[in-house]
Amino acid sequence: MESTIVRSVDYNAYFGTNHVVKNVNIEIPKNNVIAVMGPSGCGKTTFLRGINRMHELIPGATAKGKIMLDNEDVMEMHPIFVRLKIGMVFQRPNPFPNLSIYDNVIAGYKLNGIKLPKADKDKIVEQSLTKVALWNEVKDQLTKKGTFLSGGQQQRLCIARAVAMEPEVLLFDEPTSALDPISTSTVEELFHDLKKNYTLIIVTHNMQQAARVSDKTAFFYMGELVEYDDTKLMFTNPRDTRTQNYITGRFS
Amino acid sequence: MNQLEVGIQGVKKEVLSMWNLVESQLEKSRAAMLNFDRDLAREVILKEKRVNAFELKIDRDCENIFALYCPVAVDLRFLLAALKINNNLERIGDIAEGIAKYIIESSGDFDRTLFESTQVLRMYDDAINILMDTRMAFEKEDTILARSIFKRDEVLDDINREASGRVAAAIREDMSIMDDALYMLSIIRKLERVGDQSKNIAEEIIFYIEAKVLKHMESEGKN
Repeated sequence: MESTIVRSVDYNAYFGTNHVVKNVNIEIPKNNVIAVMGPSGCGKTTFLRGINRMHELIPGATAKGKIMLDNEDVMEMHPIFVRLKIGMVFQRPNPFPNLSIYDNVIAGYKLNGIKLPKADKDKIVEQSLTKVALWNEVKDQLTKKGTFLSGGQQQRLCIARAVAMEPEVLLFDEPTSALDPISTSTVEELFHDLKKNYTLIIVTHNMQQAARVSDKTAFFYMGELVEYDDTKLMFTNPRDTRTQNYITGRFS
Repeated sequence: MNQLEVGIQGVKKEVLSMWNLVESQLEKSRAAMLNFDRDLAREVILKEKRVNAFELKIDRDCENIFALYCPVAVDLRFLLAALKINNNLERIGDIAEGIAKYIIESSGDFDRTLFESTQVLRMYDDAINILMDTRMAFEKEDTILARSIFKRDEVLDDINREASGRVAAAIREDMSIMDDALYMLSIIRKLERVGDQSKNIAEEIIFYIEAKVLKHMESEGKN
């Protein structure tokens, strides 16, 4: 039986008085890819940002309930430690513009004041870039700025930066929406490889992407988790009419 | 209505048009047999090309929808069912054509006593009614009606099972009708296939509406 790595218990998120995530209970199995989908404003990104406590960085934002990581409540953990365990990749590739490819990969260590011998750093950079299938493309230009790379390569660099910290969970917020189809396909292939070592939670507007890459899919609507099931089942025979209407494009 | 819905409605309309044509082919082959009307039999054979054209068009339209709109859930199930129903209807069209060919091949009018003794007319009527009701189930998305087809197909199976004995008895009584009797037996065998195809179609209707797979299940489990 698959073990649960992330579990939300009666999780609620608010922006001021606006209740944006309503009583979400979900169990995310280890080494799975989970797609989170739903119309704009349904609370999917807010929920994602709640998992690594980024939600609370927004002024006026509050949360109730629990997000358990390996049976530990993240709300009771130090936020920095949470973000070491739960990496995040955003919609637009955002490598640090002033840093080289090499320094971008180990930026997490530098920013957290973790000093490592050069040999260890070299090893982390090579391993991380290899994991995101970027090593062969950039190994001879590690000193060049990260922004020198193409959009798809920059996004893989950002994934390498997250992977370098050896997290348990990786969060992706529409990670390919700014990429062309070829780069999208490369990143999607990467998800299949990454799930061997990590648990991936991906917010996506692209339903076909959700169908292609995920093991399980969660459908959010108006802040509620409407349905959460195996992706194959969700896309062939969803249980809830709202899910069916959304995935078949009949949403009004 | 979005473009995917428009495409799906288009496929549904085409399947229903094909269905009407196939029903009419079966009815005409029955009339051709009953009245020994070779002209009508020739018409059935000619119109089989239209059935084939429908099959190709529905295949192509489904393929286009898959490629362009990546349908999921009920839309995906509908298209998968439509492809199989299309195939089953085309085979029923072949059956009507096959019977029409018997009429043209045979040397003269069939011995009318055989219609009664072999129960071929009853079987014809049952087969046509089953096909019509299956169409109704598809059109109205009525899974209760679709489920009723399974039982009714068993009646055709029974007539088919008893046909050999009936035909043999008729031949023993009057050897001169042997050729006609063997044609009747072949027609009965073909009509039994209409029941099987209708049953397959009914399974597809239930799959598309209820997402239940009834294939290869015993009759009792299908209800």
